Amino acid sequence: MDGNLNALTTVFTEFYYWVTVVFMFLIHVGFCMYEVGASRARNHMHTLMKNIMIIPLVTVTFFFFGWWIYWAFPNFPFWGGLDTEAGAANLPWADTMATNLGDRITGVFWAAFLLFSWTAASIVSGSVIERIRSSALWVHAVMIGSVWWIIDAAWGWHYGGWMVRVLGYHDAYASGVIHAIAGGYALGVIMVLGPRLGKFAKDGTPRDIPPHNPWLLTIGIFLIYTGFWGFYAACNVPAISPEAIDGQITGVTWTATNIYLAPTTLSAITFNFLMSLSGGLMAAYVISKGDAFWTFSGGLAGIITASAGNDLYHPVQAMIIAAIGVVIVYKLHYWVERRFKLDDAVGAVAVHGYAGFVGLVISGFVLWGVPSSPYEGYATINPVGQITGAVIMFFVLGFLPGWILAKIQSAAGVLRIPEEVELQGLDYAEHHAYEDAKAAIIAADKEELAARGVPAE
Amino acid sequence: MSTNGYTSWAVDLAEVGPIYPFQGYEVLMVIVGVVFWIGWHRIQFVREGEHLEKARHTGDEEKVKAQLERY
Repeated sequence: MDGNLNALTTVFTEFYYWVTVVFMFLIHVGFCMYEVGASRARNHMHTLMKNIMIIPLVTVTFFFFGWWIYWAFPNFPFWGGLDTEAGAANLPWADTMATNLGDRITGVFWAAFLLFSWTAASIVSGSVIERIRSSALWVHAVMIGSVWWIIDAAWGWHYGGWMVRVLGYHDAYASGVIHAIAGGYALGVIMVLGPRLGKFAKDGTPRDIPPHNPWLLTIGIFLIYTGFWGFYAACNVPAISPEAIDGQITGVTWTATNIYLAPTTLSAITFNFLMSLSGGLMAAYVISKGDAFWTFSGGLAGIITASAGNDLYHPVQAMIIAAIGVVIVYKLHYWVERRFKLDDAVGAVAVHGYAGFVGLVISGFVLWGVPSSPYEGYATINPVGQITGAVIMFFVLGFLPGWILAKIQSAAGVLRIPEEVELQGLDYAEHHAYEDAKAAIIAADKEELAARGVPAE
Repeated sequence: MSTNGYTSWAVDLAEVGPIYPFQGYEVLMVIVGVVFWIGWHRIQFVREGEHLEKARHTGDEEKVKAQLERY
């Protein structure tokens, strides 16, 4: 870190990513609150624990192998071998993956990607509440968080990824690489897992299972919005010189870039984040006839739909694209629910999966011909590349792995909790000691009051 | 003696790299970490299976009804 400018840039970049990580933690807080608010009282602790333990399990596995995958897989296996040279510095035993005065950025950069991993796993977690075994979900969490999403990031969210180079794939704020893949994965799992007891009437009509705590749900989704700011910032390189990019950009003007090292600005993504949030909220309010939860989720779905191109869109484009996405997502959610009898408990497949897919497709048309990268020889953004990318994200790397693993777990009888336990509630089953202790202490307090001559009730 | 190789910070930081203890044992530390991770899954998987099996037969009907009413 020699020279003042170099030192300042390094420290600023370290701190920048570090702050994004702290903000992104709020996404996980929000997911936890949303899931708990949506679950019934008898499943609270289980639902919470299921989501919380995603944090350590995905973290350690992302340290052991997830981060290495990102650097080693950009062309593997179809367009070249493993990039062992780039991967070497990111192996769990590399001295750069530890306290090292010669490398001050790897840890915060690793953490910024890791928080995306938590998000991917948490999206799946929401759709399967109240009936999946924790042990089963946690294996899925490791697979989506530390294997599948990071493979898609190496392919389509890396300046040298083959999807970027060959397809012109463009996904600046992760419509596909996080949301479509996680939604697709969740769809694969719930297709095997089946609906919660009582979700469908005998004639197949779906029943709404209302959230037990609307306030918790509301605060949860607002925290997700908040964390999404950090997510957006984390997708950018905050300040870099054309010399450092080493591409085709001329002159000496430093810039913020997207993950592909193509130029954008913080101003652009601030406009577009808020305009796509607004477009999503407004469209969802209209299409759901003012349903509060669909409206809130619509804001999120709006951002997700516009995210693929929010580094370049005009704010009005971001707003309209978000609105279009939300209408499609809403209609598709209910059609799939009725047609295939699927129980997506928090609408995660729709809000993340369908919105991400639709966002990629739309961006292929709106950004047709725009360079995907500052490097020579890369394909420009185009509809075929974006549609192919959407299929790879949602179906190939999302739906298929989720479905296959869930099938294996189901065949082994370790996917779903027993019906008796589902009825009595997972908290009673797993935390009966807590419930019994609570009952005992309430009884003791009443006894104490009665002994003092005060009527207990 | 120092576990990280440094006994004083009177050094040029430009020449300093890793400063964690027991350098050279990174692979061994990772093996320990992976065993800890896999072991955790194993313990949790076995425990949850036993617990759910037991829970299938322990539901007090009145308590279950009360849970359903709680929503």
